Amino acid sequence: MEFDFAEEQPKFLMLMYGLIAFVAVVGGLLLLLDVVPAWFARRREAQLIAASASGAPLPRRRKQREGLFALFFLLPTLLLLTVGLVVPAIRTTLLSFMDDGSNNWVGLRNYGWMFSEGSIVRVLINTLIWVILVPLVATSFGLIYAVLVDKARLEAIAKSLIFLPMAISFVGATIIWKFVYAYRGDGQEQIGLLNQFVVSLGGEPKQWLLESPLNTFLLIVIMIWIQAGFAMVVLSAAIKAIPADIVEAARLDGVSPWQMFWQITMPSIRPALIVVVVTLSIATLKVFDIVRTATNGNYDTSVIANEMYNQAFRYGKNGQGSALAVFLFVLVIPIVIYQIRNLRQQREG
Amino acid sequence: MTTATPTVPAGTQATGTTTRAARVRKRLNSRTATLISIIIALVWTIPTFGLLISSVRPEDQIKTTGWWTFFTNPQFTLENYQEVLFSSSSSAGQLASYFINSLAITIPSVLFPMAFAALAAYALAWIDFKGRDLLYIAIFALQIVPLQMALVPLLKFFSTGVTIAGVTVLPGWDLVDEQKFAQVWFAHTCFALPFAVFLLHNFISQLPRDLMEAARVDGATHPKIFRTIVLPLITPALAAFGIFQFLWVWNDLLVALIFAGGRSETAPLTVRLAEMAGTRGNEWQRLTAGAFVSIVVPLIVFLSLQRFFVRGLLAGSVKG
Repeated sequence: MEFDFAEEQPKFLMLMYGLIAFVAVVGGLLLLLDVVPAWFARRREAQLIAASASGAPLPRRRKQREGLFALFFLLPTLLLLTVGLVVPAIRTTLLSFMDDGSNNWVGLRNYGWMFSEGSIVRVLINTLIWVILVPLVATSFGLIYAVLVDKARLEAIAKSLIFLPMAISFVGATIIWKFVYAYRGDGQEQIGLLNQFVVSLGGEPKQWLLESPLNTFLLIVIMIWIQAGFAMVVLSAAIKAIPADIVEAARLDGVSPWQMFWQITMPSIRPALIVVVVTLSIATLKVFDIVRTATNGNYDTSVIANEMYNQAFRYGKNGQGSALAVFLFVLVIPIVIYQIRNLRQQREG
Repeated sequence: MTTATPTVPAGTQATGTTTRAARVRKRLNSRTATLISIIIALVWTIPTFGLLISSVRPEDQIKTTGWWTFFTNPQFTLENYQEVLFSSSSSAGQLASYFINSLAITIPSVLFPMAFAALAAYALAWIDFKGRDLLYIAIFALQIVPLQMALVPLLKFFSTGVTIAGVTVLPGWDLVDEQKFAQVWFAHTCFALPFAVFLLHNFISQLPRDLMEAARVDGATHPKIFRTIVLPLITPALAAFGIFQFLWVWNDLLVALIFAGGRSETAPLTVRLAEMAGTRGNEWQRLTAGAFVSIVVPLIVFLSLQRFFVRGLLAGSVKG
């Protein structure tokens, strides 16, 4: 074994600092909130005694302290959100109207570039394909599977197996699938499952990930493989929440399984269905790891999130990268508004 | 899994009006459904299974024959793991070092947002102050900001600090080597907070009002209520969020790539693996073993704590 454990010590030391900081911040905050009010209470008590002795009116300020408490409870969160999310998001929006060095205003030039440069238009189209296919296929599959597996034997295990890819990193999942898509020259024994399958049917092995536009769809398969389990679990819970008497009544009326599915199951799980589709759409818009690990965005497979990384962090084009990030944000907004409106309708209906 | 119910044979649900033939048909239907669902589940697992099998085959075997030949010609070795984890050759992976990085990144990145979000969620749910609802909605709404929106300025913030009108308000962090963990912790904590507050608020706001009021009447202060009443009651919610955040941080590539740098001092497993997949895409003996090293911890967490994970999933859909 050539691994030198001593060299790793600075990392553990750093981790320890992190943990100490955690204890100090959280413990300190709680302690502060405990000690300071107690001190105020004592002072107030003293004031009360003094006041009652001198006959002056009693001081009151309970309400004010509530707000102060809230402020301290919220302090770390508000501070971090401002520094880490709100201010940067505003800055990115501004940067998207500036040149690559972030020195001069260029108006809408970065956005113009986005929609006119051929390779970037390709990226936008790819993203569109992703965001239509992944939610659609993953949700349909999850739904069908949830219905199939409902009340089946070994349900828990069968569900866990579908759900398992959720725990794997996109990078790990992509390597798993790259192995499935692996290619070896014609005439050699194949080591990739897909090519072996094609060869055994008499076809020729292909370099799957190099062939556009097929490669984009093969990458989408990875995302669906990961996300279908999520759709299945949420929808399965929704199906189980359908009141038993409704199902029983329908059964007594003699409806076929087909009618049961469209007239009882589907309307009952509509809210869950929307949540799943919306969540998957947003996750898909931001997909980055899969494309980067599989092809690095080459061979016409890039998507917005990946291109944003390339522009901003590899080519140093902050303006163009920021414009892509803002565009991503703009795409997310309508999806979220749709979900909020639906949730509100559900609540009122 | 919490959602699992005891298996009910289809026949027992049939009512008096159903004929025997219908009953048989239904049972057959449910059998086919079971069979199909199990077959799908197995197909779903084959890619992962192939990876696992491959990772224990000798190098020349992996590179020349399909992993399925393992069953006719089983040859077993742990050399791939030995090489990918501990070899001093920089091309081999040196994953042990990156594994420690993953741990060092993940633990504080889970703890910080958990504590801060619990505090914030408590204040938003049970402390009466002006603008409470507005603030909650604002934090909730921040969930829709893609983290891509924050990356460029946040990186600049770490490197050059904050300067307003030529005056340096905050200096740059100037972190080197291991210290860069702090950047990653900071970034992960910020990005996790909106979802964490939302998820924990869902739980905390549903605690019984009587309980809170009784505690207030007894003279308990907010910190005391938070510590002694709320924290124990929301442990399941904390666990749910903790698992989410753990999987999210452990599996993350983007944040680590930008804030941790690519070197063995700070980069987590995912960064190293993505790099290996790019530059050594045909070294399958390393890639398969490496991929398994990176998925084994989340798999253990997931399998042992699946119950909480599903509960969190159903409470707050998921984080994006």
